Amino acid sequence: MSDKKPLSFQQIILKLHEYWGNQGCAILQPYDMEMGAGTFHTATTLRALGPDPWKAAFAQPCRRPTDGRYGENPNRLQHYYQYQVILKPSPPDIQQLYLDSLSVIGIDPMLHDIRFVEDDWESPTLGAWGLGWEVWCDGMEVTQFTYFQQMGGFDCKPVSGELTYGLERLAMYIQGVDSIYDLDYNGAGMTYGDIFLDNEKQMSEWNFEVANTDTLLELFNKAAAECENCLDRKLPIPAYEQAIKSSHVFNLLQARGVISVQERASYMGRVRDLAKGSCEAHMVKNGWAA
Amino acid sequence: MTDFLLELLSEEIPARMQAKARIDLERLFTEQLAAAGLKAGTITVYSTPRRLALIATDLPAETEAVSEEAKGPPEGAPDQAIDGFCRKNGVTREQLEVRDVKGRPTWFAVINKPGRATRDVLAEAIPAIIKTFPWPKSMRWGDASISTESLRWVRPLSGIVAILGDDLVPCEIDGIESGYETVGHRFQHSVPLVSSEVERPAAESDPNVSRLRSTRTEPGRITIGNAADYAEKLRACHVIVDHEERQNIIRDGAAKAASDAGLDLVEDEGLVIENAGLTEWPVPLLGSFDPAFLDVPEEVIQLTARVNQKYFVCKYPPNAQHGEGDRAQRGGHGFASEPGSVGQAAPGSLLRPTTPPPSAVPAATSPSLGDREEKLAPYFVCTANIAASDGGKAIIAGNEKVLAARLSDAKFFWELDQKTKLEDHAKKLGNIVFHEKLGTVADKVERVARLAEWLASLEGTGLLRANPEQTKQAARLCKADLVTEMVGEFPELQGLMGGYYAEKQGLPVEVSHAIRDHYKPVGQGDDVPTDPVTVWVSLADKLDTLVGFFAAGMSPTGSKDPFALRRAALGIIRLLQSASINVPLNELIKFAWFSHATTLMNSNEPVVLLVPMSNFTGGDFSLRSAGDLKLDMNWKMIHLLSHIPQNGEFHSIAWLPGGVNEVGKGQTDYGKFSDGIDIELYSFAEVSESLLEFFADRLKVQQREAGVRHDLIDAVFALGGEDDLVRLLARVKALQAFVETTDGENLLAGYKRASNILKKEDAGAPHLMRSSGGEELASGQGSASSAEHKPLSYTPEKAEQALIDALDAAQPRVTAAIEAEQFETAMTALAALRAPIDQFFEDVTVNDDDEAKREARLALLARFRNAVHQVADFSKIEG
Repeated sequence: MSDKKPLSFQQIILKLHEYWGNQGCAILQPYDMEMGAGTFHTATTLRALGPDPWKAAFAQPCRRPTDGRYGENPNRLQHYYQYQVILKPSPPDIQQLYLDSLSVIGIDPMLHDIRFVEDDWESPTLGAWGLGWEVWCDGMEVTQFTYFQQMGGFDCKPVSGELTYGLERLAMYIQGVDSIYDLDYNGAGMTYGDIFLDNEKQMSEWNFEVANTDTLLELFNKAAAECENCLDRKLPIPAYEQAIKSSHVFNLLQARGVISVQERASYMGRVRDLAKGSCEAHMVKNGWAA
Repeated sequence: MTDFLLELLSEEIPARMQAKARIDLERLFTEQLAAAGLKAGTITVYSTPRRLALIATDLPAETEAVSEEAKGPPEGAPDQAIDGFCRKNGVTREQLEVRDVKGRPTWFAVINKPGRATRDVLAEAIPAIIKTFPWPKSMRWGDASISTESLRWVRPLSGIVAILGDDLVPCEIDGIESGYETVGHRFQHSVPLVSSEVERPAAESDPNVSRLRSTRTEPGRITIGNAADYAEKLRACHVIVDHEERQNIIRDGAAKAASDAGLDLVEDEGLVIENAGLTEWPVPLLGSFDPAFLDVPEEVIQLTARVNQKYFVCKYPPNAQHGEGDRAQRGGHGFASEPGSVGQAAPGSLLRPTTPPPSAVPAATSPSLGDREEKLAPYFVCTANIAASDGGKAIIAGNEKVLAARLSDAKFFWELDQKTKLEDHAKKLGNIVFHEKLGTVADKVERVARLAEWLASLEGTGLLRANPEQTKQAARLCKADLVTEMVGEFPELQGLMGGYYAEKQGLPVEVSHAIRDHYKPVGQGDDVPTDPVTVWVSLADKLDTLVGFFAAGMSPTGSKDPFALRRAALGIIRLLQSASINVPLNELIKFAWFSHATTLMNSNEPVVLLVPMSNFTGGDFSLRSAGDLKLDMNWKMIHLLSHIPQNGEFHSIAWLPGGVNEVGKGQTDYGKFSDGIDIELYSFAEVSESLLEFFADRLKVQQREAGVRHDLIDAVFALGGEDDLVRLLARVKALQAFVETTDGENLLAGYKRASNILKKEDAGAPHLMRSSGGEELASGQGSASSAEHKPLSYTPEKAEQALIDALDAAQPRVTAAIEAEQFETAMTALAALRAPIDQFFEDVTVNDDDEAKREARLALLARFRNAVHQVADFSKIEG
């Protein structure tokens, strides 16, 4: 990677698309809703349920309002990208497939120290957990690698393998830059900062200072009510979308600092119930046994 | 005799689980062998991140043949019984033999169990071991996971090598068959993938397929011949299977990497083991970071490096000159290896700095010039899992970058936190719940501050002198760092960061030290604070926690102690001992209790203090017990008292979970309050009693561990009523010294004899039996009972009179000595009873036919026993 020009941000995504496409994955586009992690995408959460095989890869914008730093921190963003791969059932050579994908984007495993360090994953919000690792490259976590064991409170039958690449981090590493905003985005003079710096500044201000909390509270309650409405009508996918929405609104409320520690648990419990209810409805709708 | 090799290959096993997995593998294997009547010469177990291996030596080729006989029914027994016997033993009727059993012909079955091939035993044992392996967490994977019954392992299991001698032990579990093949190092022994079969059909039409193919690799296979060549074959493929060897490479290599740069490695065995669990081919590498980060406290840097990155840190040797020069010398890069070493590095080979070691760099304006204490140096040692083709250059550069990002986060937190004063940070503690029944951390801080100030204001000899104002201030700020960014990131730095921030803020050193150390002592080996302000704050914090949880009915049960109350109690004991604070525990508990009550009454929480109206007199009140309240219809909420209640004016607190407002504040009718509302009532007496018992248990455990004879502790504890730890332990100490003298031993023998006689008489003369503990003995006044001084109706024998005289003389001396807390003197006074009691047993018959004599002598023995009990309950003493 030292000899030639490293890949740009968008080239990394394109290379990963190409690579995983060649492994038989459906290359999806991002889910068109705000979410805290790629795992929330229906292609991950809902597809991890039930017996049907599934392979997909996609880049997903993630929003974490409390991580906003007004564009001043070189390592933190309230909006960033994850690259997600989901392989169901998990293939026996999944580790090797993953390692080869690193070579494709310019990380030579003979030159770097790549390791699988224990990191079990749990999402109380999704009633989900799995075992796996964070993958380190020269001491930096570049990927979350998980074998889903449960989703929405249901045993995964079969187990899916999920890979989540932190794209900005990976790109900073590959390009050797110290600030996210200095990333070469397109290989033609445009930086990540050119595209997202203003967004980070304005969104941080809105997340932390401006967002109308009464409206947010109302939104939360409406999304929750709508989720239940959909569940009553046995429509798990729209119900799940409302659960995602409530989860994001909850994150915004937290960024606005209006949720006390005491209330936090009860909000989270509510989101969890909605998400789990949607998963359950999805199982029922498809006639899958728990 | 042959050797056996087992390797279980899997995806990466968490480092922290490997040590126990080795133990479990050896245990399960040994059990399986034993069940088949086999025993190995030696068993060696290895682990790497990707494999568990076991080598058992000197196994026989087969198990020994066994012949067993089973006795059946008598010859003439019904057919049913005989057939049943045959079935049970797996024989036919023809195979039975008739033998004579005490003159009775009886059927016998002779069961010959032929020896089994060890290979067959192992072939069954391996799947059994795998199926029952006790991983702390296990998972399912792959196609088989369509069923929840599929094989579970810590991470996907991919291969089994099982070789006995040179022969395969054939076995299979969930589609994984045993074989001779395993894999080497994940990268250093991998080969380009040539087979096109593994390429997905989708790729066939892709123009990039050929290029893609060249990026695909697969692990190189190794064929193992037998147990003897296993480790060496793996070594040739860049895997060191022996975890201890890897640990040595890391331990020595990291130390050498540091010393080559003129630095001292900060040793950390936990890191050695963890890194050995993360690598198959460990290569310690030295990297550096910007010395500007050294502004951040050393503990933070060390923690970031260790916890987040698993790096070792380095210190300058004492008196080394160092300073700003480092950065200039270092250039922008990490140390690179000599060009000649590229790709040749053996595990543990070290990269040499191309720059002079920092110790050789003259310091410019280092403030720490010539310090005797070792200072952290801007270097670290990471452990790579590969001898990289560039000698580790890129790996070092990458790790330096990661650490720099971590440290700049830490530096950012360090600077950001200091922009807010601790008192302002403390205001945010109201947002953190300490426990739902005990309010927020702000509530706790308020209670602790009040309590600490009271404690520091206590008058008494031998009490620590601390400025109550400083004590209160320190307590108010002691938890403020919990809301700082730094502690949010590294919870283990709580206290320490508060101390640093207090110092930076210019607070008195007494205050900053108290904030820093108030959690201490944490573990058994932890230092016990001695600064007076720290001691009081630390005591107050722990007392508040204990009293709070006990009052709320959450004392530890069994092995469950989620709030670490045992540790808090032990901390209090150690603080009291170390500072010789002779305030009775009960007093301390009372203060903490009242501080709780005060906070509760000041809060808006639905909590009321309940006292019976009949006892309500303006500001003073009393409540005898919780039971009183339920019977008393006249009670009232009362408000905060302005003083600490004295003994006898105690009260109870009730939590009303339903809320006071809902039933009308100020209601004065108990019935209305209780209507549908669950009143949780906590009485001081109950809490205090169970807490004292809790402390006593902790103290016993502590003293036992310190080598004090537990029977002596029990002997003193059995007296009851003593809650001054310092006094109690002084008594135990004096007792231990005494019972180990000849006088002590003999007195104990005399005591036991007296006690046995009294015990026998127990049923007949219960009035003599009041010495089994209880209040009478507690303060040593038991012997003054007038019954024992009845004039005798007969002329006592000489030895009897001598014992009476000795008791008359000794008792007041013992009592006085105990009151003066001179326990050695009390023991000496007791020793004077030794000769008379011996003589008494020698010359006098207790069980005299004359009932009057008999009773008087029993009473005398009881008096003797009670006299001894002034010092300790000797019945608990062994020997």
